Amino acid sequence: MAARTEGRAAPGGAATGAVSAPKGAWWNDANVRAVLYQILTVLVILGIGWYLVSNTLANLAQRNIATGFGFLDREAGMPIGEHLISYTPASSYGRAYLVGMLNTIFVSAIGIVLATILGTIVGVARLSSNWLIAKLASVYVEVIRNIPLLLQLFVWYGVLLALPPARQSLSPLPGIFLSQRGLYFPVLYEHPVHAVMLILLVLGVVLTVVVHRWGKRRQALTGKPFPMLGPALGLIFGLPLIAWAIAGAPFDPNVPAMKGFNFQGGASVTPEFVALLLGLVTYTAAFIAETVRAGILAVPRGQWEAARAVGMSETRILRLIVLPQALRVIVPPTTSQYLNLTKNSSLAVGIAYPDLVSVGYTMINQTGQAVEGIAMIMAVYLTLSLLIAAFMNWYNKRIALKER
Amino acid sequence: MTDIAAGSVSRPPAAQTGVVGWLRQNLFSNWFNCALTFLALYVIVVGGKALVDWALLDATFVGTFEDCRKGTGACWAVVAEKRHFMLFGTYPYEEAWRPAAATALFIVTLLVSTRRSLWGRPLMIGWIASFIVMGVLMRGGVLGLTPVTTENWGGLPLTLMLSSIGIIAAFPLGLVLALGRRSTMPIIKALSVAFIELVRGVPLISVLFMASVMFPLFLPEGVTIDKLLRAQVGIIMFAAAYIAEAVRGGLQAVPKGQFEAADALGLSYWKSMRLIILPQALRIVIPPLVGIFIGMFKDTSLVLIIGLYDLLNAVRTSINDPNWRAFGTEAYIFAAAVFFVFCYFMSKYSQYLERLLAAGRNR
Repeated sequence: MAARTEGRAAPGGAATGAVSAPKGAWWNDANVRAVLYQILTVLVILGIGWYLVSNTLANLAQRNIATGFGFLDREAGMPIGEHLISYTPASSYGRAYLVGMLNTIFVSAIGIVLATILGTIVGVARLSSNWLIAKLASVYVEVIRNIPLLLQLFVWYGVLLALPPARQSLSPLPGIFLSQRGLYFPVLYEHPVHAVMLILLVLGVVLTVVVHRWGKRRQALTGKPFPMLGPALGLIFGLPLIAWAIAGAPFDPNVPAMKGFNFQGGASVTPEFVALLLGLVTYTAAFIAETVRAGILAVPRGQWEAARAVGMSETRILRLIVLPQALRVIVPPTTSQYLNLTKNSSLAVGIAYPDLVSVGYTMINQTGQAVEGIAMIMAVYLTLSLLIAAFMNWYNKRIALKER
Repeated sequence: MTDIAAGSVSRPPAAQTGVVGWLRQNLFSNWFNCALTFLALYVIVVGGKALVDWALLDATFVGTFEDCRKGTGACWAVVAEKRHFMLFGTYPYEEAWRPAAATALFIVTLLVSTRRSLWGRPLMIGWIASFIVMGVLMRGGVLGLTPVTTENWGGLPLTLMLSSIGIIAAFPLGLVLALGRRSTMPIIKALSVAFIELVRGVPLISVLFMASVMFPLFLPEGVTIDKLLRAQVGIIMFAAAYIAEAVRGGLQAVPKGQFEAADALGLSYWKSMRLIILPQALRIVIPPLVGIFIGMFKDTSLVLIIGLYDLLNAVRTSINDPNWRAFGTEAYIFAAAVFFVFCYFMSKYSQYLERLLAAGRNR
């Protein structure tokens, strides 16, 4: 079991390989000891585990708390303001849990995309040759990074609740209303052509990838580069637009309008969601900015100079020479920032956004089944963490330096 | 100017030197930079003016909530009015000097520790002594101090104690976990990996929830542990996993030859670790450890979710007073400023340390 002697060989193991080492007592043999230590550790952990489990079972029995996951089928009776799937207080705990999980995934996914964009902009701005912009970016990073996220969430939430009431909503753009009730914005009424457009959009992306591969191969064979920008735009956006035009260019937006005490029509997001998203994005972006900056700085100056000597334009240098090399440095720390964002979305409980942790906590308080509730919360975060880590590892491997 | 310079070397054009040159190079090098500069200046002037008006010119620094309501600017009077609750939570008002002294002692110890030349055993003993004195000051019950239960501890001292005790107690645990993760014994390794990855994969809140609702179930009938202690245990577990990963990084950076040389000398595992490997590994780990400490210091604010009165919760609760409720922003800015000062100081210090330690290596 512990006879693996590669790497740092145990002293006893190293001796037995030699000519004729004097044989010591058996309890001095490193391999025997390793087995003993491990058996001992397992016994201690099993002992502690047994003690804790028996205490827990006794406590649960004494407090008349059920065990097991049977409660998931019972009626939850808790209202949840925001749900991506249909939900009423009469729904089961299992469904409430699912609603919370989807909310967590939803806010994390949008947050990751926006934080990446903002973080990249700020990271590049910190390296800007414009002194003022670089200073502004570094002030942003220093201030945001050194204040707890929860405090920032409270501030964002406070700001959003201090907005005027619905009747006097701010309207930065026609059709968009910002008030204490949240953000209201127009959406399009459903039309059969939307489904077709969506399919064409996906098809366009696939075709772009295919054409890009073909262009790369042609360049490798003939040296002639294939300009990708036009065809890509045409394929991705042109195809759906043509379909839309053929269908008679239906444009029928559902604009929110004040009716009575609240808005009717359109779509809306709550202040809780906006506050959480703003907090997560601005906070994580400050950290991503630092990784982007470190990544760009890690590319040796000689790379810039060599590319300039070859006569490339600055944008092409950034795109073709610097960024591919910088990405190798940027991706691993950015992965952990994505994981942090996902885990930090649990702070939603502080501003009452119904994410997994808030729903789980209510569930625990109502049923008393703390062990099951916390296990379910942890299971979801572990799965999410593993999925993000797996995806980013795959991506990291793809862009890693190919060495012979 | 000598005559040689005046004769043979022409001075650079005025537009490339001095203030004008600096401005041209750093702010107006091309049309895009010009546009950016003007945009940034606009934002700074408009935003800065609004901020100065609000925070300084129109602000109310002393007075009652009525004075504040009359003014249009910030109400810093709220900080003065609620300072005891914001800084010390529900700690008895007349005993305020005790948490204040504990905080001061902590800050002094921290400042003393920044001196690289003082690192060593005496400093460690100094830290333990400070913690004991702080504990005595806070808890009371001896030397004629009135006892104060941990439920009434709060504010800044609580934040400082939770985070620093958390990181100090987590260190040995993290060390053992890191060594376990690199062990050749498969079961030890698997257990360490499982603990580290489990804790790192879940948010701190879920660990704190576990500490607050599950720990009481673990203990036998009739035994209860204090809420503060439970949160502290949760924080220690959480920090240990992160420290373990940092230490593992340090262990990986120690060249293989060092391990082999230690083996060749016939040192036992623990001796080789203690005398050869860890002194080298831990030196590399110091800057990331400071980073973890900053993170823990900020994350301690999450204990408000399980109902402890750390600095953030104390500030939040202090403005529940209906008279002062309108001035939450000012209160939060105060809390943010306190957090910022500590974190900024530590992050600058960690950068300084990194340079210092790198200088030693690159010699």
